[in-house]
Amino acid sequence: MWKLLQIELFKISKRPRTYIAFIAVAAIVFIFQFAFKADGQSYMDLMLQSVKDTFSFDRVQAINGYFMCYIILNTLLIQIPILIALIAADSISGEANMGTLRLLISKPISRTQIILVKFAAATIFTIFLLLWMAITALFLSLLIFGAGDMLVFRSKGDESQILLITRDDIMWRYYAAFAYATVALTVIAALSLLLSIFAENSIGPIIATVCIVIVCTIISNINVPVIDKNVKPFLFTSYLVGWKGFFYIGTDIDGKTIKGSLENWPAIRKSLLILIAHIFILVSAAVVVFKKKDILS
Amino acid sequence: MALIINVNHLSKKFNDTYAVNDLSFTVNEGDIYGFLGQNGAGKSTTIRMLLTLIQPSSGIIEMFGKKLSTHRSEILKEVGAVIEKPDLYKYLSAYENLSIFAKMSGIKVTRQLLMNQLQMVNLQDRAKDTVKTFSQGMKQRLGIAVALVHNPALIILDEPTNGLDPQGIADIRNLIIRLSRELGKTILISSHLLSEIELIANRMIIIHKGKKMVEGNVADLLDPAHTLVEIETLNNTEAAALLQQSTWAPFLLPKNQLQLMMNKTAVPQLINDLVTMGVQLLSVNSSHSLENYFLSLTTQSGNVEAFTN
Repeated sequence: MWKLLQIELFKISKRPRTYIAFIAVAAIVFIFQFAFKADGQSYMDLMLQSVKDTFSFDRVQAINGYFMCYIILNTLLIQIPILIALIAADSISGEANMGTLRLLISKPISRTQIILVKFAAATIFTIFLLLWMAITALFLSLLIFGAGDMLVFRSKGDESQILLITRDDIMWRYYAAFAYATVALTVIAALSLLLSIFAENSIGPIIATVCIVIVCTIISNINVPVIDKNVKPFLFTSYLVGWKGFFYIGTDIDGKTIKGSLENWPAIRKSLLILIAHIFILVSAAVVVFKKKDILS
Repeated sequence: MALIINVNHLSKKFNDTYAVNDLSFTVNEGDIYGFLGQNGAGKSTTIRMLLTLIQPSSGIIEMFGKKLSTHRSEILKEVGAVIEKPDLYKYLSAYENLSIFAKMSGIKVTRQLLMNQLQMVNLQDRAKDTVKTFSQGMKQRLGIAVALVHNPALIILDEPTNGLDPQGIADIRNLIIRLSRELGKTILISSHLLSEIELIANRMIIIHKGKKMVEGNVADLLDPAHTLVEIETLNNTEAAALLQQSTWAPFLLPKNQLQLMMNKTAVPQLINDLVTMGVQLLSVNSSHSLENYFLSLTTQSGNVEAFTN
């Protein structure tokens, strides 16, 4: 199994399209960093406009590496599924398209092994992509903008909140958030893998994955009680941004933030379990479908 | 001689159509076994079932004395295959492709082994070049190297000469003969080019519309005892009826062609009998080439029943 995984990773590393995702992430991050370096103050003025009389905070200090990473993650983690799909959706369909699937299956490897190895490789790709994001969006931002306490702007129901997390309480939250994002994006990889079994070129599964993510995200954002109760809990997209929970710091009865706390850890844990269940179901379905599939390509 | 492949009553149905219908055949150790049929006859479907790409609707496949359904991995370690055109990873080099598939076959891979394999198919100088720069013939040779790299006992080649120029076809043919004679490999080769099979195979099967029409030694099938004789008379229907009443076994084909499968040495006797019966004979043509034999079997659906019964 390990040898097969090495082979799979070798094949992924040799394909030019693998690096598109890394280039895209780097490009977007650099644009953000450049824009905020040039005129981040305007953004901060706008965000703090409503609380300028009640909230005192050094606006120059507010634009630091931690804050930048949070802003970038907010934007990128919505687009990243497309980049994950580029690789994961190609797993089986790409082999079918090239004609190598026939050769692969005629080797003494079980179809279950093939799916598990493809899934593991897609997961590793996801981890590397997020590591790359961490390097560019977090560590590079820290180098460019420096460290400091972090402001988190949050909409909670009808009201807006600004949370302040002290600099010595931030890093572990990023590690946890990236770990959560890895699980969330692995659901996308599993979905793409399942869809790739049904196609003989990778375009179809990539488009299908993106469409499913878009439709489910739209449904996840519809605020109607019947959908809130009956549909949203079952959609993986309802949990994709759950990583933000690590930045919603707990407060005491006076409204002061409690260092090292989380506002709602049980909700984060529940979201994680639901995402893991999604992964399990999607990969199991991929194994079952692939085992029954006649290779006619 | 050990039985390498034993296929029993194998069928594959796609929706309501049988691609392979109750097919049985055996391949012995050391055979170069020709698998013949027109395009769409069911050759590739059968080969895909042998390689577990397609699951049979019914029937049993045994290879090396074991059931394929229960000993898949064990059996496939002993099988090398080129399925139709040899599609490989175009963005990888010949060496990398060979290395990947060798590792997947579960063998210990050394540089020496891979280079020897490339040398065998005359690609040692192109080892580092990506496959996308290869001609069809080079890809085919590399495909064969991939099929052989783990030293399998059985090699399955599905239409290996497709798309090749005459030199490429000759190269593949010589390679197959070498593999059989020098390395003692058992080879199952499918083709619709009978002239190719005629030159290299020792046993063969002809299938048509998924059904076996005939199986046997190529030498026997080319034997004068299996000569196809076509007779033209003033009234073929009447001639067929008269022959039927005697000891002859004629086929009257849909286009009123009268044919007999018989020993060539008996042709004078046939002519004599026809004259004695008062049949007005216009012409008698005999042929024992595999090409004609194949065409006579597969182009005239009326013959199918006659040969399978």
